Amino acid sequence: MKIFGNNKMNLSRRDFLKTAFSGGLAISGLAGAAATKDALAGQGMDTMQQGSHDHGMPGTVGMVDNAANGFDAQSLLYEWDYGEVSELPNGQILREYNIAAVDKEIEIAPGVFFPAWTYNSRVPGPSLRCVEGDRIRLRFINAGSHPHTIHFHGIHSASMDGVPGVGAGEINPGEETIYEFDAFPFGCHLYHCHANPLKRHIHKGLYGAFVIDPDPSLHPEYEILARQRNHQFPESEEYNEMVMVMNGFDTNFDGDNEFYAANTIAFAYMNEPIQIKRDQIQRLYLVNITEFDPINSFHVHGNFFDYYDHGTTFQPTLKTVDTIMQCQAQRGILEFSFKDFELGRYMFHAHQSEFAELGWMGFFEVVE
Amino acid sequence: MTSGENKKEPGRSIPLWIAVLIPLAAIGLMLALFAFGNPLSLFTANLPPIEDLNLERIKVVDGGFEVTVVNGGPDPVTIAQVLVDEAYWNFSISPGATIPRLGRAIIEIPYPWVETEAHEIMLITNSGVTFVGEVPVATLTPTPGVEEFLAYGLLGVYVGIIPVALGMLFYPAMRKMGRKWLGGILSLTIGLLVFLLVDTFMEGLEFALELPGVFQGIPLILIAALLTWLLLLAIGSQRKKSIGDDPYRQALYVATLIALGIGLHNLGEGLAIGVAFSIGEAALGSFLVIGFMLHNITEGVGIVAPLVPGKKKNGESEEQAESSEQPQEMKRPSIWVFIGLVLLAGVPAIFGTWIGGFAFSPFLTALFLGIAVGAIWQVIVEVVGLLRNYAEQDGTPLVSWMNLGGFVLGIAIMYLTAFLVKF
Repeated sequence: MKIFGNNKMNLSRRDFLKTAFSGGLAISGLAGAAATKDALAGQGMDTMQQGSHDHGMPGTVGMVDNAANGFDAQSLLYEWDYGEVSELPNGQILREYNIAAVDKEIEIAPGVFFPAWTYNSRVPGPSLRCVEGDRIRLRFINAGSHPHTIHFHGIHSASMDGVPGVGAGEINPGEETIYEFDAFPFGCHLYHCHANPLKRHIHKGLYGAFVIDPDPSLHPEYEILARQRNHQFPESEEYNEMVMVMNGFDTNFDGDNEFYAANTIAFAYMNEPIQIKRDQIQRLYLVNITEFDPINSFHVHGNFFDYYDHGTTFQPTLKTVDTIMQCQAQRGILEFSFKDFELGRYMFHAHQSEFAELGWMGFFEVVE
Repeated sequence: MTSGENKKEPGRSIPLWIAVLIPLAAIGLMLALFAFGNPLSLFTANLPPIEDLNLERIKVVDGGFEVTVVNGGPDPVTIAQVLVDEAYWNFSISPGATIPRLGRAIIEIPYPWVETEAHEIMLITNSGVTFVGEVPVATLTPTPGVEEFLAYGLLGVYVGIIPVALGMLFYPAMRKMGRKWLGGILSLTIGLLVFLLVDTFMEGLEFALELPGVFQGIPLILIAALLTWLLLLAIGSQRKKSIGDDPYRQALYVATLIALGIGLHNLGEGLAIGVAFSIGEAALGSFLVIGFMLHNITEGVGIVAPLVPGKKKNGESEEQAESSEQPQEMKRPSIWVFIGLVLLAGVPAIFGTWIGGFAFSPFLTALFLGIAVGAIWQVIVEVVGLLRNYAEQDGTPLVSWMNLGGFVLGIAIMYLTAFLVKF
């Protein structure tokens, strides 16, 4: 305890208990010693291993001001940035995006404010969505206070890699650059700042999901599956698509996260469960960008899912599992359904209990 | 210019009220400058506030924890969330989540704690800064009921009164040993007091270091010690007049001082014990009680040491006694004197266990231990003075082999018996 810290009365309770029972009492001829012992220590002896069963409730107290943040956990699940779409002379689709790095204080849990670095004033940054083979042209403006970049996980040239010292390198505050490349391979990817020092630029909030839908014409043998994954085709509407970026926040800058979450706000989906329709197939794009910890994980209660690691295959890389783990920057697609299930709340969380209790925990509320 | 005017000191011509007004006006001007001008804007640009919360006390209650938090920082602090064992947990805070400078708040956390196991409570402020408090061994914090009150009081009796009284039982033997051994016995007392001085100071430092910075724990102790010492010096020099040369009253005065110093130390010891029991760091074993008794018996010996007569009794061997001029023989103290001394030295331990167990305040404890340090220091000075008087009367050196031996023995006894109570 604080008041005694590292100190002289750092007595071992067990040692004393042992001593008291192994002859200590016999030595004492003092009337009253036993009575005192009962009153002082007896309360412990009788109830050993019991303690309190009054549980209280885990979780945070209060609600986050979503309006002040400018985003909320529910809309982060479903919002996609498809870019400005046009056609190049050669027939290729061009998608133009605008992303600005902005310093912004965000409320990551009720009453707890984090001085974040953001892409477009939100953490995670916009979920970019395109189709395999599209030309991506992204104008990046650094409106923040430190040099930043955008580094995409995908196939691109060295000069478009968004790392210090290569191509445009770090973009200084007030400057801008264009990242341009063709979207390959299809799958569930991510982008993040690669400026130095890397750890800080990532954990401060500079990251987002980057999803490339497969082009059915390039995969004739899997055409149906490709159409189901491609947002341009009606077949994809059978799926309820969600994005979760697993992240953490080190609010006291000691190299260890105080908060964990899917999509930034601790316990957001506990306090406001994600409503999903029982008869609809669920597709979850899951990205792990958690800093400081080697892995993060996803576990769903009462159900199993198919997992497509990196989302770069049409066949699941793991079939019928209820828990997967991802190292930092690993990501994948989860597909599952609550068809014919009892209605109600099904929990999902990181199966590192520590992360779960520090905010990375939520509910799917299965409704008609 | 006349030579007379030259001798005149500059400023003499200014009336007193103007001389007082000038610095006051200057101070007012400076305050106004800071209040309206903000000359320090360069230093205050957009920095996050400094936050310094202190988890002063964590009470383990039925159904959870009750945390007392003190804001020792320069700015108000808002507690946003609470974690128990690295998990966010529901809580309520009163009077409010924002604690003003030097203000305090009580946080109630319903929690299924586990008996005898450790728990950690962390507070996170709205800026994300964290403050941790530990429950090293979870067990119900005693609430002040009649039974607990009696039990803690009894503990104080064991630790304070009984050992001191037992130590005083050596008095007849010490008297029989007579003048020859008196120097050694007084030196033993000094050894005991030096040990208590160091012990009290170290304990005070521990509490001082736990205090929020604003309370300046270490200066608090040192200055409390200094002021106490000066106070006792002043009281002592006044007393010397009224006491005169009566050796009995002089000896009684020194004995009373020793009892007072030891009483203050015992209050500190009682505090530490009370706190340790109340937060479950120590369970009461008879072993511990007996340890404290053995440790503190020496205190009783020390208190009555000055009451051993300085003049040899008739019939004892005495060459120098007749040759030197000696004050009249010291009379034998009454039983009430001994009882009074026991109470003075021992009763504070009872208050200590009560305060430590039920109403602990690190600030008052540190302040109090500083006072004890100053008192014990002055007691050492007085006993050394007494010892020097005897040495001068006997024509022996102050640091004789016997005195040195007694001193070493006093420290050794305290050090070794402390093994029973310190872990």
